[in-house]
Amino acid sequence: MSWSPGEDQIVVQRAPEPGAAGGAYRAFGETLRGLKTTFARVVEGVTTIQYPEQKVPVYPRFRGRHKLHRFEDTGLEKCVGCSLCAAACPADCIRVVAAENTAETRVSAGERYAAVYEINISRCIFCGYCEVACPFDAITMGHDFELSDYSRADLIFTKEMLLAEPIEATPLRGEGE
Amino acid sequence: MTLGLAGYYEAWWIQIIKSLVIFGIALGILPLIIVYERKLLGRFQNRYGPNRVGPFGLLQPLAEIVKFATKEDSRPVTAVGPLYVIAPVISILAAVAAFAIVPFGDAPHIFGTRVGLYGIDTSIGPLYVFAFGAIAFYGLMLGGWASGSKYSYLGAMRAAAQLISYEVSQGLALIGVVITAGSLSLTHIVHAQGGMWYFIPQFVGFIVFTCASFAEVNRAPFDLVEADAELVAGYFTEYGGTRMVAYLFAEYLNMMVVSGIAVTLFLGGWLLPFGIDPPAWVDPFIVLGKMFLFITFFIWIRATLPRLRYDQLMSFGWKILLPLATLNALVTAIVVVAVHS
Repeated sequence: MSWSPGEDQIVVQRAPEPGAAGGAYRAFGETLRGLKTTFARVVEGVTTIQYPEQKVPVYPRFRGRHKLHRFEDTGLEKCVGCSLCAAACPADCIRVVAAENTAETRVSAGERYAAVYEINISRCIFCGYCEVACPFDAITMGHDFELSDYSRADLIFTKEMLLAEPIEATPLRGEGE
Repeated sequence: MTLGLAGYYEAWWIQIIKSLVIFGIALGILPLIIVYERKLLGRFQNRYGPNRVGPFGLLQPLAEIVKFATKEDSRPVTAVGPLYVIAPVISILAAVAAFAIVPFGDAPHIFGTRVGLYGIDTSIGPLYVFAFGAIAFYGLMLGGWASGSKYSYLGAMRAAAQLISYEVSQGLALIGVVITAGSLSLTHIVHAQGGMWYFIPQFVGFIVFTCASFAEVNRAPFDLVEADAELVAGYFTEYGGTRMVAYLFAEYLNMMVVSGIAVTLFLGGWLLPFGIDPPAWVDPFIVLGKMFLFITFFIWIRATLPRLRYDQLMSFGWKILLPLATLNALVTAIVVVAVHS
């Protein structure tokens, strides 16, 4: 017994068959159109950015490698070793060991300073919570993103590395660029 | 010593030197074509293509040859040993042999003797190419079958069907040229094109020959012998290292042979239009230049057209190309007879 599809039949609407001459014209014409399209790409030129030599400029709010800051006038570190950044860090990659400033050795502007300040970049997820948590704007997210290295140990950035200016600055995108 | 068709003798040592020079030039140009193809394909897709190794990436093929030569010589357990080894050799041998027939110029006097600027000038011309094309097809078949893999086997089967279907149209497309020129010798055919290159009176033949050639050398859009998407390279799936390079070289050499034949038969060989008659030493460069343009067209097509479905391939070959080629041969024959009588 054959099954009747009933009312559920779908009638497929097809364009009329082009026929021999029309089909040949269509195939040939469309081929020529395709050739024109690809040739236009040659004329258009290359849009590749030659990465290691050329870099895409980053936006001002791009979150790259962290930077620690000093006061520009006194040269004292802004970080007071409060560990709020370490507390805010969801990846748990910041380690802060605070020490007291003394009259002889004055490192930061506050009472205490960060004797050890390490960020494990291989764990960092670049969320920027540390920057938000910091009450003194001592840590900000910089623009460097070329952070690969040969060993994991080399990816633990110490306080000196974070305070230093990056050797090769990542190009920053200008206004309206 | 052999008596050439032009009616002069060539010493055996001239022939040996000639074959070495042609072989050297062909294999020297091949890597350039490969890097040219990759760079041009890049341009067709708004990118540079290889440009890291050497100036403008020109040393890329050298680096790749080193890479391929140092690869492990692996062979599947199911492979049929001797055939598996011999198949790429047949492929490259047939391609090199077919290349011998492409004429790069007339027979000028070099150091007092006449030297034909071609490997050989046989009296059967295009048939020689088709003969070696048929042998090259054994390379594909044996390679695919002897690999003992399903992908290779399917690729070889496709290659068999495709090559046989398109060789018919390719051969028939040349009949028109042969009838018009009244000779099978390639140098005679070039001389016969002094008035007008054959791609104008034999336009249909030229189109059919070009389409069939794309299929014969397994280039896109007829590359479903290789079809990396479904067959992962088809007949040479199981080949690696230098054996795969042999297949690739054979493919590109076939491309050069086909371009050479098309240039000779349809685009006037070493002749230039508008009555320009350069000295004899320019002739090979004219032929190479025309071949270069034809290969550029090959690459352009590859960048443009998607691969055909298998039934489309078959119906295109048998229902469109073959009738067109037959009609072309018929009409040409009638016209030639009408004009001569």
